[in-house]
Amino acid sequence: MDLFHNLIFGFGVALSLQNLLYCLIGVTVGTLIGVLPGIGPLGTIAILMPITYGIAPVGALIMLAGIYYGAQYGGSTTAILVNLPGETSAVVTCIDGYQMARQGRAGPALAIAAIGSFFAGTVGTLLIALFGPPLADVALKFGSPEYFSLMLMGLVAAAVLAQGDMVKSLAMVVTGLLLGLVGSDVNTGVQRFSFGFPELSDGIGFVVVAVGVFAIGEIITNLGDKEERRVFTATVTSLFPSKEDMKRSIGPILRGTGIGSFFGVLPGTGPAIASFASYMLEKKLAADPSRFGRGAIEGVAAPESANNADAQCKFIPMLTLGLPASGVMALMLGALTIQGIQPGPEVMTQRPELFWGLIASMWIGNLMLVVLNLPMIALWVKLLQVPYRLLFPAIMAFSAIGIFRRSRSI
Amino acid sequence: MNLKLSNNKDVWAGMMLIAIGAAAMVIARSYPFGTALRMGPGYFPIILGALLTLFGLFILARGLRRGEAIAGSSSLRALIILPLSLVLFGVLMEHGGFVPAMIVLIFGSATASTDLKLLEALLFSVALTALSVAVFVWGLGLPYPLITDFN
Repeated sequence: MDLFHNLIFGFGVALSLQNLLYCLIGVTVGTLIGVLPGIGPLGTIAILMPITYGIAPVGALIMLAGIYYGAQYGGSTTAILVNLPGETSAVVTCIDGYQMARQGRAGPALAIAAIGSFFAGTVGTLLIALFGPPLADVALKFGSPEYFSLMLMGLVAAAVLAQGDMVKSLAMVVTGLLLGLVGSDVNTGVQRFSFGFPELSDGIGFVVVAVGVFAIGEIITNLGDKEERRVFTATVTSLFPSKEDMKRSIGPILRGTGIGSFFGVLPGTGPAIASFASYMLEKKLAADPSRFGRGAIEGVAAPESANNADAQCKFIPMLTLGLPASGVMALMLGALTIQGIQPGPEVMTQRPELFWGLIASMWIGNLMLVVLNLPMIALWVKLLQVPYRLLFPAIMAFSAIGIFRRSRSI
Repeated sequence: MNLKLSNNKDVWAGMMLIAIGAAAMVIARSYPFGTALRMGPGYFPIILGALLTLFGLFILARGLRRGEAIAGSSSLRALIILPLSLVLFGVLMEHGGFVPAMIVLIFGSATASTDLKLLEALLFSVALTALSVAVFVWGLGLPYPLITDFN
């Protein structure tokens, strides 16, 4: 059997002592940096890429992939603990994850995020191995109308998803579109809304807006509250999810993985669409939708699984077509080119050790992530005990560094 | 129910949306509009701005009919101080270097809290700046000069 054969070959490559070490370093460093609020996977990979220049191509790619998952998971951690999404895809996790943390359930939230991510990562790895080539063919047939429809669905989903007032959500969708217009017009190159600042000609980054709205807005609201986040320091009852939590999460994890894998293959659909779509689906399916937004564990399990499956499957168009499906994948392509490899369909046939080795290492990397993070949850939860008057200036500082970096890079 | 205008959530929200929408339309007037078939760079902003203004009017009118009081509280002090510290950070990063920028940002933000302890905040901003220098500048090699001439 071909697939079996190939996977064994891949594990042979990935399990060499050297490549295991690269994977471990990547995952560890990625998590450490990803946990810093305000620095997402894109920033982390950009910062760490120079380290991999001296390593052989397989090792370099394995390490970068490790950094990617690590940073992704680290981003979810800050989303849950301090309501600061390190990356687009973690925005949805903030909604219920942060509420869980406020109720003293940060432990279960972080654990379910890790478990969901691991499951989705495992499935994603298998999917790449199984369907990589055929799926790439389907994605290739997608044209502008299909992408437009996907976008529209994403935007409508955003309005439906919001709590309560639909008119206000639609108004905010329009506001978001207006913000997206800042910068050069794609067709004519005319500068729109850039007020003469050359810095604005590339537009306003999503993370910049997200940090402003979620992180800084949250701080301002908290400072107005006289109670100074007393709820937040409520005793953390248990670190691990209860049986009930697990039972509630199985469905969302499975569905989130499915949705994430589907969107992952389509280039151009940001990771946010997968997490938003899966969150919306869970809310629709739930017997009691009003629990969402108030710390429903399903609201963490589903988007976390979806965004990890998406992150994993983004490798499919990158490895098979040489298409950068996301900013991170564009960096990966850059790394490949620096290593002297021409990305495209030939990679699979000409450099099988690279393709299958990377796939095997993805699963190993996801496993390391769980092993590494489950014991560390206690440590992340400790972060909540820091008095708020010290925590918020620190969040401001890290956000500022992250944003400043992002606006400067690329 | 007698709701003061100054405390009416939807009235404020509506006015904000109208202001943004109107500003977008005014600014976009100078961009070529084009036609629906060949959209110019001004087409989309003006449509969106008009849409937003309509939404704003709707919400404003709704607020005047049956208003809803602003729930919770927010801090005007924080609303002014936090963005200001960020702007100062940006300016100091360009003219002054990483260390002064960080200290001003951290200490500046800290003063937004009513829970402020002056000495603690000062020590904390120095400590956190030192940590950031170690992690970001030395550890990760971000290319920021620590201190430059203030020019």
